[in-house]
Amino acid sequence: MNTPPTVLDLAAATRAGSASAPETCAATLAAIQGADPRLNAFREVHADAAITTARNVDRDVVAGTASGPLAGVPIALKDNIVTRVGTTSAGSRMLAGYRSPYDATAATRLAEAGAILVGKTNCDEFAMGSSTENCAFGPTRNPWDLERVPGGSSGGAAVAVAARLVPASLGSDTGGSIRQPASFCGVVGLKPTYGRVSRYGLIAFGSSLDQIGPITTTVADAAAVLQVIAGHDPADATCVREPVPDFSAAVAEAAGEDHARGLRIGVPAEYFAEGLDPEVEAAVRSALALYAEHGAELVPVTLPHVDKAVAAYYVIATAECSSNLARFDGVRFGHRSEQGGSIEQLVSRSRAEGFGDEVKRRIMLGTFVLSSGYYEAFYDKALRVRRLIQQGFNAALERVDVLACPTAPTTAFRLGEKAADPLQMYLADICTLAVNLAGLPAISIPCGFDSGGLPIGLQLIAPLFDEVGLLRAAQRYEGWTDWHARCPDARRG
Amino acid sequence: MLEIDGLQVEPVIGLEIHVHLRTRTKMWCGCLLAYGAEPNTHVCPVCLGLPGALPVANAEAVALAIRMGIALNCRIAEFSKWDRKSYYYPDLPKNYQISQYDLPLCADGYLEFPFGDAIRKIRITRAHLEEDAGKNIHDIPGLTAVDLNRAGTPLLEIVTEPDLAGAEETREFALQLHRLVRYLGVSDANMQLGQMRFEPNINVRIHADGRVHATPIVEVKNLNSFRSVHGAIDYEIRRQVAAWREDGQVARPGNKANRGWDDNREVTVPQREKEEANDYRYFPDPDLVPVCPDAAQVAAWRLATPELPIPRTDRFISEYKLAPREAPALVDCKATADLLDAAGEFPCDKALLGKHFLSFWSRLANERETTIAGLGVPPRSFSELADLVRDKVINATAAAQIAEEIVARIDGQLGGTGRPGDSDCQRAIPPIDRPEWAPRELADQLGLVQSQDADEIAAWVAAAFEANQKAVGDALANPRKRKAARGFLLGAVMKLSGGKADPRLVGEQIDAELSRRAD
Repeated sequence: MNTPPTVLDLAAATRAGSASAPETCAATLAAIQGADPRLNAFREVHADAAITTARNVDRDVVAGTASGPLAGVPIALKDNIVTRVGTTSAGSRMLAGYRSPYDATAATRLAEAGAILVGKTNCDEFAMGSSTENCAFGPTRNPWDLERVPGGSSGGAAVAVAARLVPASLGSDTGGSIRQPASFCGVVGLKPTYGRVSRYGLIAFGSSLDQIGPITTTVADAAAVLQVIAGHDPADATCVREPVPDFSAAVAEAAGEDHARGLRIGVPAEYFAEGLDPEVEAAVRSALALYAEHGAELVPVTLPHVDKAVAAYYVIATAECSSNLARFDGVRFGHRSEQGGSIEQLVSRSRAEGFGDEVKRRIMLGTFVLSSGYYEAFYDKALRVRRLIQQGFNAALERVDVLACPTAPTTAFRLGEKAADPLQMYLADICTLAVNLAGLPAISIPCGFDSGGLPIGLQLIAPLFDEVGLLRAAQRYEGWTDWHARCPDARRG
Repeated sequence: MLEIDGLQVEPVIGLEIHVHLRTRTKMWCGCLLAYGAEPNTHVCPVCLGLPGALPVANAEAVALAIRMGIALNCRIAEFSKWDRKSYYYPDLPKNYQISQYDLPLCADGYLEFPFGDAIRKIRITRAHLEEDAGKNIHDIPGLTAVDLNRAGTPLLEIVTEPDLAGAEETREFALQLHRLVRYLGVSDANMQLGQMRFEPNINVRIHADGRVHATPIVEVKNLNSFRSVHGAIDYEIRRQVAAWREDGQVARPGNKANRGWDDNREVTVPQREKEEANDYRYFPDPDLVPVCPDAAQVAAWRLATPELPIPRTDRFISEYKLAPREAPALVDCKATADLLDAAGEFPCDKALLGKHFLSFWSRLANERETTIAGLGVPPRSFSELADLVRDKVINATAAAQIAEEIVARIDGQLGGTGRPGDSDCQRAIPPIDRPEWAPRELADQLGLVQSQDADEIAAWVAAAFEANQKAVGDALANPRKRKAARGFLLGAVMKLSGGKADPRLVGEQIDAELSRRAD
């Protein structure tokens, strides 16, 4: 199999002059043009800007000044990360054609590292969904089976990497939106610790839960991209001053070890419970067995209160989104109803026309739970459950280095299969969203395929700000297996 | 207690005050504060509420709020947080206002001030930080324009307990608060620019039939002058008494109403109320981190709190022998008050010093549209000049001349720039201190040293009598005209002497001469 280059290989080759950024860029644009009509991973391709950037990188290479860690690496951004180039729609009719006058911090940092930003990937509207079907611009398809969803909400970002159109993309994860599509598409998806990566320029869904992270084909690439986007940003008050360790060095070190002695892996019973697809369970259990074979210690743990995570999550996330999405009123930007009328009518009609059903459902839920007389029963109680869940995770992580469990209870489901049943859709994130409530870093890595040939993901969860431990543990598994190297056929189509 | 139409009426008034803080930049972003700029020229993704933009709290605003809280004797929170207050309005870009709901920065304080013969103590419920909205502009027919320059301006909301008992007292409280925020440099509190706005909550307790009837509470919105504070309260008290006579309505949950003040007709008018009850759906803002003021920093601010205007006024009255009515003119501009104290540090006649500040130094500052602290005169020059007068080296007229000369020379040095405006009560400019510009030097240079020489004065007096025969004749002929004629002669001598003659000695010689001639 002709393995496409990784982020690290490509950057090194570009800096060394053995790969040409303009050629890489042209090949990427051609690959997108060839495959995307079937996949709909990209909402918009920024060909001109990408070519210009690639030429600039090339010029620096020739001048001997190209030092960017991501020099010449094509990277796609989820459509909820704003850039001055092109438009940013967050998958919504509300923002169709919206041009941001500023760049998100993560996008700026990628560009400064020499990355070539090739375009915006499709997502569920305002990142609300688990299938990339709630989109104003059509659903994205899973490259492993075009009749199946890629997961969501960062479905386009996961598909762009899985189909090897780009070696890396940025997604955002509020309840599993990076990890679950990574699992469904057979790629690596990393959600950093809340506060590790600046949210400035990420169109907010649930501000206390949202985090930008990389989707790549290898753990080392995830580390390399995280290295660039992590770190304090004075424009985001919640982005901490915590020192940023050398993730790539930690991963490289782990890659050189063929054992896992000393690694303690917690296995939470709650995530191997009812509703878990037997094939998913089998794949995850054999991944755990492989760790054990290499000397890791498997420790059964419990996570009290995670059974309440879905309920708490949908109170907190919807409360925050109802407020975050209030600014989309048709007054200053975004969709404005042509029906006119009074200011109240203008706002209400613009929102009625601009938002899709799932977004409206969540705004209504969130508005309700924050309402006078209901706040204590819902929002306040959800915050208390959140604290209990955090304490549960922290207690478990005091005894082990990482927790391991499935990323999603099933493999990719069929397009439309859960579209009519919001609750079933919400349960697709049952293994991931408690991690957002706890703010912890977590990763999904490929750990097998089901009998239908669909990828299965293993989720690892680490203590706050211990991405190093997380990536090292993930790297070890990746070194023993080749699941991550398998590509779907759709690329050739 | 008032008596209105034969009823015993007890007004109950609480006040909400909004103050724009004197920060360089807005509350959540780096935009400069702008007053009077072209619409929508001081805006950025954050204060426009653009997708993806995030607020970061302005530390300077937090510091000013805490310093104000200290001056209001408040408890400063160890843990305070930001909350979103949701409502849709076109001038509110995010459609929520970031404010503080249940954990304000400052709480449980009070402000004492003299009113009539008593000291009134008004309790402060809380003082919290929030952001101002933009402005809707309705001057284009059929359109509403929105100017967001003001959006995100740091706003301190101060809320009192309902401790105020009348229109006059509330007006005085508002004035004292205005004075305090300016004095502390917390706000410029320019009323015309809307930098300080008042919203009184008013009702009255009517004592009748052996019972107390409390009328429904009215909140009068957005008053931006002390006159309107007084007018609105005065009007409301009467209106509520009349309304109670009419319908007997008393206060109960849910019947509080908002009214506006019509400045032309001098009446309050009902404001359009929303049909549904407002539900602001407050919840903690997840984009911001809680504020936990550093205890050592708060203690340092507490120690650094200057002497406040009310006690300083009392001290100035006794120390500089100022008239109570005149004292605030020197106290309220903190930089000038500090300068007066700095000048008073040098041993001198403090009464004269105060007198000079109120007279020619004020005039020289006014002429330059600045404050006395903006003149650039070294503190020692003020006291030295006062001493020259006390020691009769020069007279009062010469003192004013010397002051004028000092300031003129500084003008030349500054080239007419660099002075603070006359409403900037915080900034002093560094004094320009030249030995040759010292008052004593100038007195010599300008030949203003007073003559104490009896013979020289006698010669001037003789010349003045000679030149003003008519006045001398009048004085001698008619005792009632003697005083006027004496003044006229004194002026003539001073003129002849070029201002150098000691007026007291001159007066004595004129009196002696008149008496001699009358005999």
